[in-house]
Amino acid sequence: MNEPVSRIGVGSLDPSAAADLREETMVINMGPQHPSTHGVLRLLLELDGETVISCRPIVGYLHTGIEKNVEYRTWQQGVTYVTRADYLAPFFNELAYSLAAERLLGIEAPPRATVIRVLLCELNRVASHFVWLATGGMELGAVSVMLYGFRERELILDIFEAVTGLRMNHAFIRIGGLPMDLPEAAEERIRDLIGTLRGRIGEYQALLSDNPIWLERNRRVGVLSAEDALAWGVTGPLLRAAGVPKDIRKDEPYCGYETYDFDVPTRTESDCYARYQVRIEEMYESLRIVEQCLDRLEPGPVMVEDPKVRWPSQLEVGPDGIGNSPAYVKHIMEESMEALIHHFKILTQGVEVPEGEIYQVVEAPRGELGLYVVSDGTNIPYRVHMRDPSFANLQSLPRMIEGGLIADAIAVIASVDPVLGGVDR
Amino acid sequence: MSVERLAERLRGRHPDMVLARGEATIAVDRSELLDVLRGLREDEPVALDFLSSVTATDWPGRAPRYWVVYELLSMAHRHRLRVKVGLPEGDERIASVTSLFPTANWHEREVFDLFGIVFEGHPDLRRIMLPEGWDGHPLRKTEELGGVDTPYRGAFIPPVDKRVR
Repeated sequence: MNEPVSRIGVGSLDPSAAADLREETMVINMGPQHPSTHGVLRLLLELDGETVISCRPIVGYLHTGIEKNVEYRTWQQGVTYVTRADYLAPFFNELAYSLAAERLLGIEAPPRATVIRVLLCELNRVASHFVWLATGGMELGAVSVMLYGFRERELILDIFEAVTGLRMNHAFIRIGGLPMDLPEAAEERIRDLIGTLRGRIGEYQALLSDNPIWLERNRRVGVLSAEDALAWGVTGPLLRAAGVPKDIRKDEPYCGYETYDFDVPTRTESDCYARYQVRIEEMYESLRIVEQCLDRLEPGPVMVEDPKVRWPSQLEVGPDGIGNSPAYVKHIMEESMEALIHHFKILTQGVEVPEGEIYQVVEAPRGELGLYVVSDGTNIPYRVHMRDPSFANLQSLPRMIEGGLIADAIAVIASVDPVLGGVDR
Repeated sequence: MSVERLAERLRGRHPDMVLARGEATIAVDRSELLDVLRGLREDEPVALDFLSSVTATDWPGRAPRYWVVYELLSMAHRHRLRVKVGLPEGDERIASVTSLFPTANWHEREVFDLFGIVFEGHPDLRRIMLPEGWDGHPLRKTEELGGVDTPYRGAFIPPVDKRVR
C-alpha cells in the first residue's frame, strides 16, 4: 500500500539511533469518544511513525440489548425497539421487522401502504447518505460539506416529521401496513423536495468530484478487493464500489421493487473515491424511485382490514404533531362496548403470530439488513436477531487501514460509514 | 436457482430439509458442520459462498436446547439456505467456521458473548458486546431482566415482565 511519507528527524540523527527509533512502535487508542469514529467506535492502532501496522476495532459501547428487549414485548411493540438499532436508517429496520412478521402471519400490506413504505425508505436512504457525506467531508477538512449535508438531511427529516410525527425512530411501518395515511399536501412537498435535492447533490459533485484535495485524500485509499469484501461479509456500497452489483432490491425483490425502474451503480476501483461515487449515484437513483412512488400512489387503505391484526386505534396528526382521532375516541368511549373491549385486547395482548422462522433481508443504506425472526406461536417474539450491515462491514476495517497512513484511516472509516447503533444493538 | 430447485437438489443429501415460507432449512450434526458448509460452497450449482449471519436460539426444556443458525447466500445464483446445528445443554461447543468464512469471526464472538456457546478453533473468542468480566450470557432465556433502582424514597422499577399489566 502507500509508502510512509514522513519520519520526523530520521535524516538528522545518528544512523544507529535511527535504527532504534524504527523498531519502536506506538499503540494509541482512537475512541470510543473521538469525533472521527462515527459514534462510539474504538480503534486500537499500532503505529510506526505515521504508518498503521495493526488496527483492532473494538465495539460494544452502545449495546442496549435491543434483541433481549424485544423478547419481552408484544409483536407490535417490537417495531419501536428495532427502529432504534441503525438510527440513521430507522425505516429499514421497521420494514424488515414488519415484513418478517407479515410473512409469518401470512398477510400482505395493502398496495398503497407498500408504495408509501418504498417512498419513505428511499427518502431515508438519501437522508442517510447525506449524513455519510456530511461527516465524511468534515473528517477530510471539508467543513462546508458537513453543513450542507446536515442542512439537506433536515429537509428530508421535515418530511418525515410531517408524515410520522417524528424526525427519527418513527415506528411508522407497522405489522400490516402503516398507522395512518400521508398528511395533506405531502405529495406536492415531496415532489418539490426532489427537485431541490437533485440540484443540491449536483452542487456537491461540482464541489468535490474534481477537487484536488478530495481526490488526493480518497483515491487509491482504503482499497478492499471484491474477494476480500465477500470473505468478510461486506455488502452495500462498499461491495458495489468493488465491482460486485449486489443489491437485494434487484436480486431478491421485496415490496414490489422489481416493478420500479432504477439502476445499481457500481465501480471497480474499490477505493474511498469509488464509494463516494457509488453513494452519490445511489442518491439520484433513490430520488428516481421516490418519483415513481408518487406517480403510482392510488387512494386506498394503508392497513390490512383483518381486525385480529390491525392496530385498532386511529390516529390523525393534530396541531401537536400526533394524536388520536376524536371520532374514534368517541366511538370506543361512548358508542360501542365491543369496540372498547377489542381495542384494549389488541393493545395489551397484541396479535398471536403462528410458529415459524423467517430471515427477511432488505437493502439498507449500508448493505444487507437481515432480520432472523422466530415465533413460538405466542403474542411475543421468541427471538429477533438483527444482522446489521455495519456490523459485518466494520470487520473489514483492518484490511483497509493496515499498511496505510493514520490520516488515511480517517478517510477509510468515513467511507465505511458505520452506524454504531446498528453494530452494537 | 429457485429455492424449490435448490431443495430438490439438496434433498438427496439432506432428507430432513424443511421448505417453509419460501425458505429452505437443513439441520446438521455438529460433527459434520464444516464438511457440509464446505460441500455447499464447492458444489458449483449450489455455490453457497457468502455467510450472511450466524446467530442462535435458546429453548430451555427442549432437546437440543440451543440451535446455532447459519444464513448462507450464493452470490452467483442468488439463493439462500439456512443451516441449523442443535447443541445439548451443558455441552455448548461447536466448531468455528472462521476458517471457511472470515466474517464469522465477530458473529461467533457475539453468539459466544450473548449465549455462552463456545466456538472451538476461533482465533479470538472474547466477549464483543458486553464488557470483559460480565457474568452470564444475557440472551439465554434463563437470564432474567434487571429492574432499575431510583433515588425516589427507595422506589424500584421492576423489570417489564414483573410489572402489573
